[in-house]
Amino acid sequence: MKVKALTGNEAAVEALRQINPDIFAMFPITPSTQIPELFDELIAQKKVDTVMIRTESEHSAISAAHGAALAGARVVDATASQGIALKHEILYITAGSRLPVVMLVANRALSAPLNIHADHSDTMGSRDAGWLHLYSETVQEVYDTVIQAFRIAEHKNVLLPIIIGFDGFTVSHAVSRVEVLEDDEVKNFVGKYVPEHSVLDTEHPATFGLFALPDYYMEYRRQVRQGMCEAKNVIISVGQEFGKKFGRNYGLVDNYKMEDADVAAIVIGSTSATLKDTVDELREKGIRAGVLRVRSFRPFPSAELRQALMYVKAVAVLDRADSPGTPGGPLFADICSALYGMHVQPVLVPNIYGLGGRELMPDDAMSLFKMLLETVKNGKPPNEELFIAVRKKGSVL
Amino acid sequence: MNNVKIPTLKELETAEPAFYGGHRLCAGCAEGTIVRQVLDAARYAEFDGAKTDLKDPYPVVVGVATGCLEVATTPCPYTSWGVPTLHNAFENVAATMSGVVEAYSVMRKKGRLASKKEYRFVAFAGDGGTYDIGFQSLSGALERGHKFLYVCLNNEGYMNTGIQRSSATPYGAWTTTTNAGKVEWRKNLTEIIAAHGIPYVAQAAPFSTKPRDLYEKVGRAFEAEGSAFMNILSPCSRGWRFPEGDTIKLARLAVETCYWPLFEIIEGKWTLNYKPKAKMPVVEFLSAQEKFKGVLGDKEKVAYIQNRIDQEWQTLLTKCGV
Repeated sequence: MKVKALTGNEAAVEALRQINPDIFAMFPITPSTQIPELFDELIAQKKVDTVMIRTESEHSAISAAHGAALAGARVVDATASQGIALKHEILYITAGSRLPVVMLVANRALSAPLNIHADHSDTMGSRDAGWLHLYSETVQEVYDTVIQAFRIAEHKNVLLPIIIGFDGFTVSHAVSRVEVLEDDEVKNFVGKYVPEHSVLDTEHPATFGLFALPDYYMEYRRQVRQGMCEAKNVIISVGQEFGKKFGRNYGLVDNYKMEDADVAAIVIGSTSATLKDTVDELREKGIRAGVLRVRSFRPFPSAELRQALMYVKAVAVLDRADSPGTPGGPLFADICSALYGMHVQPVLVPNIYGLGGRELMPDDAMSLFKMLLETVKNGKPPNEELFIAVRKKGSVL
Repeated sequence: MNNVKIPTLKELETAEPAFYGGHRLCAGCAEGTIVRQVLDAARYAEFDGAKTDLKDPYPVVVGVATGCLEVATTPCPYTSWGVPTLHNAFENVAATMSGVVEAYSVMRKKGRLASKKEYRFVAFAGDGGTYDIGFQSLSGALERGHKFLYVCLNNEGYMNTGIQRSSATPYGAWTTTTNAGKVEWRKNLTEIIAAHGIPYVAQAAPFSTKPRDLYEKVGRAFEAEGSAFMNILSPCSRGWRFPEGDTIKLARLAVETCYWPLFEIIEGKWTLNYKPKAKMPVVEFLSAQEKFKGVLGDKEKVAYIQNRIDQEWQTLLTKCGV
């Protein structure tokens, strides 16, 4: 084990160097551009023997990744924001074709207005495509998750593509202390990928991506759901194995001081670090607060959430993506659905925060928990404002 | 590049086909014929005196864009393809094949392929998937130079969705979105592709006046080091409105009237493959189908078409040094 100072993008590239995938299909987009850039340097220095396909668009990058995966190659793509939106059509096809492509996403807002900063609208927009979604809080977790991702996606019971999300700039460009494993440790952990089917298998010619009418289509889509269900156990077991070997455990959710929490915030991504600090401060004052970070958004950890939230009185659900016309963001909708039918439910408060990279500051986090404490006292939230740290219409810039 | 050896039709009859009958292409559709021709050539073409082995074809991997060919040949749980075939979406068969081809090169290098023989990759797309929505994907793949043959099955419109105009639809033609006749001239895609500077570009038609022309072109396409492109006219009985038995007649008329000349561009050098002894008037081609009904009664429009066809033919002759 070595300790290095790396950004999220650098940590992802370090893991990819150790894994040495067959194909990297790329198209540049901020804030994930560094990943193919740095990886290209490794190719130039012959430190990997990956072939990079430098495509003319995001749509072609995922299409090339799809083709390479059909050929039985281990394939990587990296993207963000508009890139995901442009890929959207093919994301469904890659999942429906059960191809374990690994895609690194430095999460970023969608236009309009144009914005390059952290936001989850990009991947949330394709949340039902059938891809696994694992979101990281820290640079270390990005590194660790890239290593786990191949094992999860390629598992014979899963065979689904995977998105590894991490906040644009906040994680992708922030330098952190990272414990880097030895090359052999990573290679052994990830193992070889031996696909069951390949379009290059001319001895057993098959047709991939056929046209299925109402008599067959639904069975294919049901199998995608089954793969997603199976993925729960695989994510847990791969995360535990990783923990046993390297000391850092991973699962579907990251519970922080949730055991006896009266109030809690649920969040995805790097903002949980700020919330955890705030929870520490509140705990010192004797307030029983906690943070629940959803690491696996697809598959959605409904059972884990029900268990963690069973005795919590009020919960703020923080979405870094909006779903206009609904009560909150996409995370809120899924949490409501996960908790539906529980005898005693916490009061759930939807919140939208951090769009376009606006940081949730410690003061905002403190106000949020104060709001939750008031909610507990009154049995309902003090106001119905969905957006956190936002200027209201007519206010001075 | 003139040493291509393709088995005779008689010999090919003894080989196991790579594309089977029983598909759902319309009666009179040229696509099945073209696909058989392309695959036969791709599997057996040899160069420089190498001997053809009908029992040991080249491994061929096919990519198909969404369109008539794809929906008619892969209705789950059936397939018409005897070779590995993939379909991704409408506009991205070139990009998808670029992934397959590069993965092949990696896996070949890493010793992960059972077959020692060199693979040949063919992508098929209609003119909608090539001239229009798939143009960017194709242009990108050709610029990157992946070694594969891209075949445009050009039936001059979006026929799978029910005969809508594309940028390959000719001037004056009826489609369901040009009921008054198309007012624009078709895009000269073959020339645009040639401008990419890829080693092999050709225009062909199925069993036209030179029946072996298409086979040999496919052979030369695989002799090329890099990307190859063929624009093949695919007469469409439903969309062009002609009797199902006239498919090859239409292809021949297109060639004889110089509406669809046969030529190829090898390493930048233009070659005319067929020069009609007596160039037929274009009206012979226009009147063999009903899609030009709207212009046939209009002498000015017919003259305009003849004029432009003549101009294009002259330009082509100059380019080919004829």
